Amino acid sequence: MKKVMMGNHAVSYGARLSRVDVIAAYPITPQTQIVEELSELCADGKLDAKFIKVESEHSAMASCMGASAAGGRAFTATSSQGLALMHELLHFSSGGRLPIVMANVNRALGPGWNIWTEQTDSLAQRDTGWLQFYCENNQEVLDTVIMSYKIAEQLSLPVMLVLDAFILSHTYEIVDIPEQEAIDGYLPPYKPEIKMDVDNPHAFGALVTPDHYYEIRYKLQETMDRAPEVARKAGEEYGKLVGRPYDIVEPYMLDDADVVIVAAGTLVSNSRAVINEYREKGIKVGLLKLRMFRPFPTKRVRELLAGKKKIAVIDRNISFGATGIFYQELKAALYGQNNGAGSPDIFGFIIGLGGRDVTLEDIAEIVDYTLEKEKNEEDIIWMGLKR
Amino acid sequence: MIEIRIHGRGGQGAVIASKILASALFKEDKFVQSFPTFGVERRGAPVAAFIRIDEEQILVRSQIYKPDDVIVLDPTLIDAVDVTQGLKSGGWILINTTRAPKEFDKLSEFRVATVDASGIAAKHGLGSKAHPIVNTAILGAFARITGYVKLESILEAITEEVPFARKANVEASKEAFRSVKTESDVVLKSESES
Repeated sequence: MKKVMMGNHAVSYGARLSRVDVIAAYPITPQTQIVEELSELCADGKLDAKFIKVESEHSAMASCMGASAAGGRAFTATSSQGLALMHELLHFSSGGRLPIVMANVNRALGPGWNIWTEQTDSLAQRDTGWLQFYCENNQEVLDTVIMSYKIAEQLSLPVMLVLDAFILSHTYEIVDIPEQEAIDGYLPPYKPEIKMDVDNPHAFGALVTPDHYYEIRYKLQETMDRAPEVARKAGEEYGKLVGRPYDIVEPYMLDDADVVIVAAGTLVSNSRAVINEYREKGIKVGLLKLRMFRPFPTKRVRELLAGKKKIAVIDRNISFGATGIFYQELKAALYGQNNGAGSPDIFGFIIGLGGRDVTLEDIAEIVDYTLEKEKNEEDIIWMGLKR
Repeated sequence: MIEIRIHGRGGQGAVIASKILASALFKEDKFVQSFPTFGVERRGAPVAAFIRIDEEQILVRSQIYKPDDVIVLDPTLIDAVDVTQGLKSGGWILINTTRAPKEFDKLSEFRVATVDASGIAAKHGLGSKAHPIVNTAILGAFARITGYVKLESILEAITEEVPFARKANVEASKEAFRSVKTESDVVLKSESES
């Protein structure tokens, strides 16, 4: 059934279709409507889940961890400062191998206090052992919630899906809601091998000496290494079910492109519109959409960008003292492979921090800059900066 | 692509109006996107909501700077904010007011339409006399002057999206459809009424 729906409610409906058992969340703009809708669905008996009201995001994640360890399908949502407050438990939940799914609405961190979109909050959690997926539109938001459980439970790792504040969270557009029956076939009830069970006791979170800790870390990384393939298959299978396939990275007009835009989130959508305009004029611009950020889809990125001359990475984020984060990650994936001479020039653009609007003209300026410059000259190209 | 901006004051239902309009257009197989002013809203303060309409999937996700048409829910906004900012020449500006279109002579670059949505809403018991809820009424008038969407689709969307007083909202919308006034040289696209 198709409906005109805001991005926040697309998250809620995705969680409902995933038949989550426990929701624990704390409100924060611009995420609040996600959990508001879920609490109403629970109160109306439309979702058979336990809704736990908590006093902080730290407690929200702690509750999800308890629920997940006891064998329940747990869900939470947050944003910005809330995600930052959860940071300790993000490590704990991945280390505990708990397949929790969380929606994070990308919002800038304060001060200066700001409720608008920026990717730094989620990207700053890149080393916590959570998988991360970035969404381009509200349809992808709903679908990604469901696929996230499919992936998380196969890997015993938590998954964060990310949507832009306001540009998706508060924007209404057409969303196709899959049939519950179809999703039930795709996502069977969660049945962990090991769970907190009084009849079959285990120790959880015990002290691990240097004798074993190293190997536990290795195992987590080994699982991360399997994640791209598991996620690719989950997207393919989902596509067969509802007619909308997803991949971990998605090329658009890439094959013959002289300039390739690399972006995530709604910047991808704007980039598509600009690429269509340039293609009509005969200018070969293409796109590589990063859906999956953690684990970084290094293998696929290398394959798809092989032989490309110029790449424009668009970052709505910054790692202070370094550069845009997608730019860093892309360089790390493409260089150090003993292919120096054949490596592309990578241009790193920072744009739209704190929700400053990104227009099609801005994206066109990025493309023009990249087309004109022979070589990349700086690590950060600031777009629209008032100096 | 058609881009529309709705001006209102916090609490007047500009955002709901944008959602109803988007839902109505979706019923006619259009692609739609609607969104509020990004940020914090305060009751009574000027707010805006936006709608994009297209025959194909809408990719652009920036703000709307050059709307094709504008709806003004509160007549006092005409002097408080620049409601015609970026409005394309010849675009519709539909104002909730008891005044006639020709009284807005400084808006002559645009096609002006007026409707007493406050009076209509109050008559149908929507909101209070001091704070009538005008968002459903004005959409009936908007459907009439622009012809973008059928009145039937607006009424259907109202029935689905408005949680209470559905019948009164529907009747208000129909009445505004009938009573919207335009400058004499403008021919209304649809004279039919459901």
